[in-house]
Amino acid sequence: MKRKTTAKALVSLAVVSAFVLTGCAPSGGGAGGGGDTAPVSQADIDKAMDTDTTLTFWTWVPDVQKEVDLFEAKYPKIKVDVVNVGTGTAQYPKLRTALKAGKGAPDVAQIEYQYIPSFRQTGSLVDLTPYGGADLESKYVPWVWNQVADDTGVWSVPQDSGPLGNLYRSDIYEQAGLTKAPETWADFATDAQTIKDKTDSYISNLPGNDPGQIVGLFWQAGAKPFSYDGDKTVGIDLDSTETQKVVTFWQDLIDKDLVSTDADFNDAWYQGFSSGKYASWQTAAWGPVFLQGTAANTSGKWTAAKIPQWKAGEDVSGNWGGSSDAVITGTQNPIAAAEFSKFLNSDPESTLAFANEQFLFPTTTDTLSSSDFTDTASDFYGGQKVNELFAGVSDTVSTDFQWLPFMDYVYSSFNDTLGKAIADHSDLSAALTAWQDDVTAYAKQQGFTVK
Amino acid sequence: MSTSVTPRRDATRASSSRQPATPRRTSSLHRPQLVAAWALAIPFLVVFAAMFLVPLGYAGYLSTFTSQLVGGQVFSGLANYSRALNDPSFWAGLGRVALFLFVQVPIMLVIALFVALALDTGRVAGSKFVRLAIFVPYAVPGVVATLMWGYLYGRESGLIAQVISGVGLTPPDLLSPQNVLGSTMNIVSWEFIGYNMIVLYAALRSVPTEMYEAAEIDGAGPWRVAWSIKIPAIRSAILLTVIFSVIGSFQLFNEPNLLYSIAPNAIGSDFTPNLYAYNVAFKNQDVNYAAAIAFLLGFLIMIISYVVQLATSRKERLS
Repeated sequence: MKRKTTAKALVSLAVVSAFVLTGCAPSGGGAGGGGDTAPVSQADIDKAMDTDTTLTFWTWVPDVQKEVDLFEAKYPKIKVDVVNVGTGTAQYPKLRTALKAGKGAPDVAQIEYQYIPSFRQTGSLVDLTPYGGADLESKYVPWVWNQVADDTGVWSVPQDSGPLGNLYRSDIYEQAGLTKAPETWADFATDAQTIKDKTDSYISNLPGNDPGQIVGLFWQAGAKPFSYDGDKTVGIDLDSTETQKVVTFWQDLIDKDLVSTDADFNDAWYQGFSSGKYASWQTAAWGPVFLQGTAANTSGKWTAAKIPQWKAGEDVSGNWGGSSDAVITGTQNPIAAAEFSKFLNSDPESTLAFANEQFLFPTTTDTLSSSDFTDTASDFYGGQKVNELFAGVSDTVSTDFQWLPFMDYVYSSFNDTLGKAIADHSDLSAALTAWQDDVTAYAKQQGFTVK
Repeated sequence: MSTSVTPRRDATRASSSRQPATPRRTSSLHRPQLVAAWALAIPFLVVFAAMFLVPLGYAGYLSTFTSQLVGGQVFSGLANYSRALNDPSFWAGLGRVALFLFVQVPIMLVIALFVALALDTGRVAGSKFVRLAIFVPYAVPGVVATLMWGYLYGRESGLIAQVISGVGLTPPDLLSPQNVLGSTMNIVSWEFIGYNMIVLYAALRSVPTEMYEAAEIDGAGPWRVAWSIKIPAIRSAILLTVIFSVIGSFQLFNEPNLLYSIAPNAIGSDFTPNLYAYNVAFKNQDVNYAAAIAFLLGFLIMIISYVVQLATSRKERLS
């Protein structure tokens, strides 16, 4: 019944909000986080790891039990309850609610890089420095490490990443008389016209609902749209020379009808890949395997390449996606939780399993250079060693990209501003400014100091 | 909310309106009966208070605070309400549901009424099957219905688009910002025509058939009977469906929320006031402001339901 369910939605909203704020003293900003900063001794760690403990782990990684089993085999006294409460944006509201309620939060939770500042801001992440967090730095690719750690602490352990590359249909390119992937964005624009003229395919699709992809493209263009000092000061620079350069470039392709603007990750979009509507996809390192499952009928026709460059001869990339596992404030077992998160994402066997079985693109330099990972040849890409290519891309991602402590809002605002302009084929440049203004207004309204 | 109680009260009043006024019953109740009455009512009242009044009161309390990610919560009186009244997103959503109300509700109710009247004549072949077939969409959960329609609407793979391009025309984008409200209206109509039809049909079945016989003797045809006897006789049931539909329109949430995943830019975060309140609470993390929006919306629904009821009962008195 419409009125009943909607009434229910309204009531449950009221109920939820009631629970959400029950006993919620103003939690203030501040770095917050874990207890004392004195390093935990090895004796304490040994003791904790030999005590019967149950950890709760919120994650949406499929079949993660395999890696969890490795941990449980090493530490038989520790039991890990794996709970999937929803993917990404579905999980965060639940996590926030549990945190505000003061109970029901997990010991360890999967958090995407761009949402780490948001949980830091509420003091919900345990600083892993006393638990040997800083020792991990050398194991990870530098730009990935910067996503989880800064001068004030280590807030999470990197799990996977998504450096940007370019997957293209070599058969469509050949049909258009093109022999190689575009090396620069200028080539990309020229190729777009050729492909459209000769094959009627769009060279690519720019979705209006995927801020992650656009931000990845901004990242690659050298933009630094966000910054956060971990406390009350944010920097918002969404409307900059670099970002305008990116949207002006795409505006031109959209206006000439060389690029489509379908929403992504839905049926119509999947079919666009199967049917050859899109000749390429500027995507992250998790894209190749994803595409394989989505457009199985085009197996063997795809090739992976590096993302086109803004300046010929350069080799820089951005990132789109990737997660980490953070220890959540309020855990009764911080040592075991920290050890678990570290083990899961740095033990060679565990990270290799993530890479080869769940197809999470690795973040440790060990796994990225492991021949067990890079030597895999993929039939879908005509026998190409796609992992090897993306492992190389990972080194070219700019290292100091930051996020705002309210990316939920930034992304939802994108859909109403720049994203809407992309979908409507209207003025992207003005919409970018509108996005900047909207996010700035929100930041001020939420009490942040905007640099 | 009192709005959902109103129609029920109205229904009982309407059904007893032709009876001589009953004396106040409480005065004639004996003490044991009173005790039993309360004992029976208490489980409801407890749950009602715990699950409805308390959260509602708490939400009202919350709506008088302003929370910030930095600085926490401070008492701010009616600031959230004035913010909502000056919020273009809130008004845009209200405008959309108002348009929805004035376009979709009449279409839906006229079709439902027409089908109910047609079935009531007994001249429809296989009327039991027709009744069930029209009612079935109501039994389909709204979530499933929206997902299903979402597939049908798809511009390339959708059935509708394929049929249209099959006959050589260019299919419209049913999920474009201009069309998505109409597409939503279609889904909601599909879901609720059956429900309203059953309500009206049930009311028609309770109209004494002697009246039809008398009308026929007076020379009234089936159209005349429907217009002059049946419709006036089920006026209170029609009013009920109108008020339910008004409330339903203002609380539109499921359909746009689900269409958001396939047409994110067409729906946006403020398509309807309810969707906006939800996004404010869970994406913008501003529960207090969301509570104010929800309250304001509830208040508006109350006023509009009351106006609808007042207008209709006045007409009833005049006739």
